[in-house]
Amino acid sequence: MFVVFFISNVVPTDPARIVAGENATEAQVVALRTEMGLDQPLYVQFGRYIADLATGDLGKSLYTQRAIADDLLHRLPATLELTIAAMIISIGVGVPLGVISAVKRNSWIDQLLRILSVSGLAVASFWLAMELQMYFSTKLGWTPLNGRIGGWGPDEITGFYVIDSLLGGDWASLWDTLHHMLLPAVTLALPAAATLVRFTRAGVLEVINSNYVLYERAMGFPTSLIIWKYVLRNALISTVTQIGLIFGALFAGAVVVEAVFDWPGLGTYAVQSILQSDTKAILGFSIVVGIVFIGVNLLVDIVHTFIDPRTIQ
Amino acid sequence: MTDALLTVDGLSLGFRGEGGFAHILSDANMTMRRGEIMGLVGESGCGKSTLAGAILGVLPRTSLQVRGGTINFDGIDMLSGANTRAQESVRGRRVTFIPQDPFTSLNPVFTIGQQITELMKWKSPRRAPGGVRLPALMTPYPRARRRADRDQVMEMLNLVQLPNPERLLKKYPHEVSGGQRQRLMIAMALLPEPDLIIADEPTTALDVTIQAQILGLLRSLATDRGVAVMLTTHDLGSAYEICDRITVMYAGQDVETAPVAEFFNRPTHPYTAKLLDSLPEGGGGMTGIPGELPSFYAPPPGCRFQTRCERMTEACKQRPPSDIAGPDHVVRCFHPLHATITDALATKEASL
Repeated sequence: MFVVFFISNVVPTDPARIVAGENATEAQVVALRTEMGLDQPLYVQFGRYIADLATGDLGKSLYTQRAIADDLLHRLPATLELTIAAMIISIGVGVPLGVISAVKRNSWIDQLLRILSVSGLAVASFWLAMELQMYFSTKLGWTPLNGRIGGWGPDEITGFYVIDSLLGGDWASLWDTLHHMLLPAVTLALPAAATLVRFTRAGVLEVINSNYVLYERAMGFPTSLIIWKYVLRNALISTVTQIGLIFGALFAGAVVVEAVFDWPGLGTYAVQSILQSDTKAILGFSIVVGIVFIGVNLLVDIVHTFIDPRTIQ
Repeated sequence: MTDALLTVDGLSLGFRGEGGFAHILSDANMTMRRGEIMGLVGESGCGKSTLAGAILGVLPRTSLQVRGGTINFDGIDMLSGANTRAQESVRGRRVTFIPQDPFTSLNPVFTIGQQITELMKWKSPRRAPGGVRLPALMTPYPRARRRADRDQVMEMLNLVQLPNPERLLKKYPHEVSGGQRQRLMIAMALLPEPDLIIADEPTTALDVTIQAQILGLLRSLATDRGVAVMLTTHDLGSAYEICDRITVMYAGQDVETAPVAEFFNRPTHPYTAKLLDSLPEGGGGMTGIPGELPSFYAPPPGCRFQTRCERMTEACKQRPPSDIAGPDHVVRCFHPLHATITDALATKEASL
């Protein structure tokens, strides 16, 4: 956090001058600087920031003069909804393909999946996003070009449109939300799915030659049962660890994808803040991302104890 | 041989690897009869585990290449890739398996109870063969059979002397000792009420003190139920203790088979004799057998022991046929250590 704080303060811009506007006099800028505490040494500024942070106060945006914590909290559900959707897609696609790739290793389907997963990792998401927009939205008109929803959205309860529209029984909003979410979620999911294919494949290959799988085969258990229940459960142990890290990558990737699809989440907020040198907003963003990342990895560790009983001791 | 349960006839197979084709089994033969305990003996790398794996259908399919021979279990072809449905219903039901290493042969992320339940769901003696084939993950486990199976499991766990079966079933494999796990594997091998158990060095991974207990347990339970056991081992001592009959393998070939007393009293193949001599208690201390196993990539033609055999002649470049050296005693050697039927016939012919 100190690193981010420090970096965003050595950038050669003067927030006070920006806030004061182009036509402000030098005296006004100096007064503003004092008011914002920017004339203090950096360590004093940092100390104050930490003290505020302890009370949940992330400071005010230099531009909107609104509390950054409120802005971030308001936008968090949009990003979480998008990343969770992407996560679900990437698990739903990546894990089964990884299993198939391992079971049919060195066959043409394995080779194809391996090529695709390397390309999936290599492709730039902003490029993919724009290609998808051009094809599905502009040319075919199947999906909306950008945004999170067409109208006003469902009555807000949690801020997650999918959950809110389900709770409110607002099927039109649900459909519209999912429709809007499809392309950005797919864009975001692709590199994650590619990573999962590779990890699941490696995990399954490791397990498939183990003694207990040999035992299960020797005892004539149905092959599909061995693969999809006994092998997969073991292979998922390493994949689940990976999912925690992937979630962090998705959050970072969301910045780009949100910008392209004009998705009103944390990513677009971060991009705006950076463009406007809104240092406290940038800092707030990175803190929230950090908290989410830690939370997800904590969750992953808890899930771990359920799928691998050996970790409990 | 009317009571043959399992016949391996002229089996030749190997694996494609980086060094070329490895000839692991070369014209290997073996017979199992109903209810007998047969020791398949040989040093590490002689192909005994590969033979067990071939019967169980667990050899790595991608690199495996079968060059000839058959495996026949009670009229069912266990080798052909076209017969998998019938094989799958025999494996785990009529032929079961006790693995070498009980520490790694149970699935670590499921409880022991879950794994036994799964076994009984598919392989219980009360399960009707055939029937509707749903995808495996959706196949139900009828409640009445489940209850009967559970009673049988409890009874069996008592028989293999596992204390506290109720608590044991809730445990994960890593929470149980090696000896207990191997008792569990024996229980799981007996539960489907099979005709044949293939035990692949079932005690190698265990402490010496426990080995005898486990083998004794296996012997008594199998004999009580008339189950045949094929025991692969490199430990002649334990083979002597529990087997009815012994087959010796060397470098992928069967060389001699005899009832256990005959085997130890009258070893007839030069390799068998040397193997017995190399036992520490065989007098004369540790001798060992000079020379090394032949390469699997370029094995000598004919008898594979020729490279280490003092009696080797030009004739050994051909595989010796089966010869009879006594009651139920078959040896494959042109220069056996004791007189055989062939010798007797030759003498008779000469005197005529």
